[in-house]
Amino acid sequence: MGLSLGKNGQYNPDKPTEDRITDIGPRHFWQYFPPAIQKNYGKWDHHEILEPGILVHVSETGDKVFTVRCGGCRFMTVENVREICDIADKYCNGFVRFTTRNNIEFIVDSPEKLEALKNDLLSRKHVSGSYKFPIGGTGAGVTNIVHTQGYIHCHTPATDASSMVKSVMDSLFDYFTGMTLPAQVRVSMACCLNMCGAVHCSDIALLGYHRKPPVIDHEYIDALCELPLVIAACPVGAISPAKTESGKKTVKIKEERCMFCGNCYTMCQAVPLSDKLGDGVTILAGGKLSNRISEPKFSKVVVPWLPNNFPRFPEVVEHVKKIIEAYAANANKYERIGDWAERIGWEKFFEKCGLPFTEHLIDDYRLAYDTFRTSTQFKYTEAAWAVSKSVGGID
Amino acid sequence: MAFEPKREEKALKYEELRIYTDEELKNYSEEELKNFKIKHETPALDELEKGPWPSFVADAKREALHRKKLDADRMMTDKDAVDDLLGQLQLSFDHGETHWKHGGIVGVFGYGGGIIGRYSDVPEKFPAVAHFHTIRVNQPASKFYNTDYLRSLCDLWEYRGSGLMNLHGSTGDIILLGTTTEQLEPIFKDLTHVMDTDLGGSGSNLRTPSCCIGKARCEWSCYDTQAMCYELTQYYQDELHRPAFPYKFKFKFDGCPNGCVASIARSDMSFIGTWKDEIRIDQEAVKAYMAGDIVPNGGAHKGRDWGKFDIRKEVINLCPTKCMSLEDGTLKIDNENCTRCMHCINVMPRALKPGLDTGVSILFGAKAPILEGAQMATLTIPFMKVEPPYDNLKELIEKVWEFWMEEGKNRERLGELIQRFGLPKFLEAIGVPPAPQMVRAPRSNPYIFWKEEDVPGGWDRKIEDYRKIHKR
Repeated sequence: MGLSLGKNGQYNPDKPTEDRITDIGPRHFWQYFPPAIQKNYGKWDHHEILEPGILVHVSETGDKVFTVRCGGCRFMTVENVREICDIADKYCNGFVRFTTRNNIEFIVDSPEKLEALKNDLLSRKHVSGSYKFPIGGTGAGVTNIVHTQGYIHCHTPATDASSMVKSVMDSLFDYFTGMTLPAQVRVSMACCLNMCGAVHCSDIALLGYHRKPPVIDHEYIDALCELPLVIAACPVGAISPAKTESGKKTVKIKEERCMFCGNCYTMCQAVPLSDKLGDGVTILAGGKLSNRISEPKFSKVVVPWLPNNFPRFPEVVEHVKKIIEAYAANANKYERIGDWAERIGWEKFFEKCGLPFTEHLIDDYRLAYDTFRTSTQFKYTEAAWAVSKSVGGID
Repeated sequence: MAFEPKREEKALKYEELRIYTDEELKNYSEEELKNFKIKHETPALDELEKGPWPSFVADAKREALHRKKLDADRMMTDKDAVDDLLGQLQLSFDHGETHWKHGGIVGVFGYGGGIIGRYSDVPEKFPAVAHFHTIRVNQPASKFYNTDYLRSLCDLWEYRGSGLMNLHGSTGDIILLGTTTEQLEPIFKDLTHVMDTDLGGSGSNLRTPSCCIGKARCEWSCYDTQAMCYELTQYYQDELHRPAFPYKFKFKFDGCPNGCVASIARSDMSFIGTWKDEIRIDQEAVKAYMAGDIVPNGGAHKGRDWGKFDIRKEVINLCPTKCMSLEDGTLKIDNENCTRCMHCINVMPRALKPGLDTGVSILFGAKAPILEGAQMATLTIPFMKVEPPYDNLKELIEKVWEFWMEEGKNRERLGELIQRFGLPKFLEAIGVPPAPQMVRAPRSNPYIFWKEEDVPGGWDRKIEDYRKIHKR
């Protein structure tokens, strides 16, 4: 039985529950393992990165598999997937896989096939010039940016995802195809603070953010939303019940208490908050989720806001490069960005990266106290002298 | 074969399933693509075709052209879907705001999730994306595929959807991006009846579980991540398809503490492989590393000259517990004091290997900031043996769910419930004794709860008795 044709295909709208299959789950993985992977499952002895984007895994049996990792857009068309299939059919007996950071991996079993595959991949470019399958993303470099839907498919974003990722990856391309950093740098991106993905635990995280309270559609809100859910959606208790002049139920928002998270809009379409001039990008840094040497860390806000300058986000790109270059020049081997920042102290991080420190970066949410400095251990930077000057403690 | 599916699966052969002919698949030339313009002016998007990183715009344009050149009856949704999506994206850039309407509740009979409804708020300008729903398709564990599967999915999706997808969604699903409400059931029918594959999760339910590459191609994996991911996905199909929880719940399976699927940050119940015996040391290989015959960290730092490998500087002194030493050229590890951070193994994969007595650590409660702030998962079960059919694990999972389903508030993640109730109550609910491994440090405030039964004499006291020995 082939795939169906016609408007309804095999589906009979008159008998919707007839002949319905449910709860079968995903396809079983084993059939999609290339033979060399099946044969050596659980028997791997070691691996090596031969060059950026190329891995070899060696089995106890002596078998070797070579993996070529290529950048993927995540958002891709069936045309792109078919081209991936053409490549997989030509070199990999029809097998291909995707990584947890949305890169594409082609696996071959001989150095000869590896060379041919590499050359083929690098020769493929879109008509407008970008690589279709750039090789890289291994070792101590910058790999693919885990990201979200943005304006392509979501209703709550404060920025766009695909365009920002493209712009940042263009500027970090040499780090994708090279392994020149002290450790891997994981960049991730989320278009609102629901943070679908790993923004809260990344070396560098780009986050869409609003700066204006919602506007309330008073005439419709009671018809469209469950008001108690709207009220309960606010993490800072800024929303309370109210009535319009005509007596309709609505809510009021204490504007000075709102920090623009947008969660009330997630629950209720009558409180939209996106705004061209208010919305923009926050940058966080220093998160990680491996347990290597140091424990997993949350990313910390280091740039409170940058404009949504579509389509290339020059300010965002510039700040990301600044952080990575300062890190590359100063961190020790194996140190992640967060390890480096904590070793030198965040005051030095701001100095080395040339980032201004503003009041927005001081936590004021519930457990904020734990982030204050309750010691006299600090390093002097220009920011410290500015404080001294402000109280007349220094000329 | 090491693993068997839980049921007989249909063999999928693209040649038998396909919709499009070879001619239809190759229906445009490179020259046509170069000269092709979509139906809207998109100056900002055209900018995004420049630069070396793969351009999603360039890719989308070829799908737009491909659809344009297919006969009208060779697809069941609007042939301009890609043009209109790009047109709307350009408009969003112009306005600095999204143009998708809020929410959208659509689905297939029998399920309460799996499909994300979406409608354009400018449908008159972009009618082909007026309905633009997303379908989540449950991916095979670790995202290995063959081309029969992918090509068949492509034909199905081009015929009944926009031809646009995400490989993959953050949770792991194959994302089919953009179709109409009327096509949802026909797509689901073909997915299940022809492709023998199911939807993933969405809503207040068990979301699609996912795992790292595990033993398929990694020497460090401490358990069969795919097998466990597959088994639990199959076993909890009802919880995945029919929302019955206070809020969403995610499983993720990492083979070792390197965390390649980020379970500690992105799952309510995080399974991380570990071991309880000794790190295996091959002293000859250690010597080879010290002599410079083997490149450290599998060559991850080859792009820069970091000098000759120095085992003291790069391994022994970086060990977080300082439990390593070098005595007469022999590497020693005091395993009782090792916290299995993976650093030494990562640096010297040919000389050091995880132990052989392996299992998982289980951590609970990771979530993004909304509502009460971001959380990483917290260690609760230091070590658990896991073997098929994972009965011990299922028992634990169900205790956790029972507690959360009973006590959790509307839209309260497990991590928030644990915060609200306190970790001790959670431990009691799942029948686990407290252990120092569960905390970074003991509490510093003395606001300690005691249960009445643990205090001699209980809490029922009379003021008269007190007054007998203390005058007012």
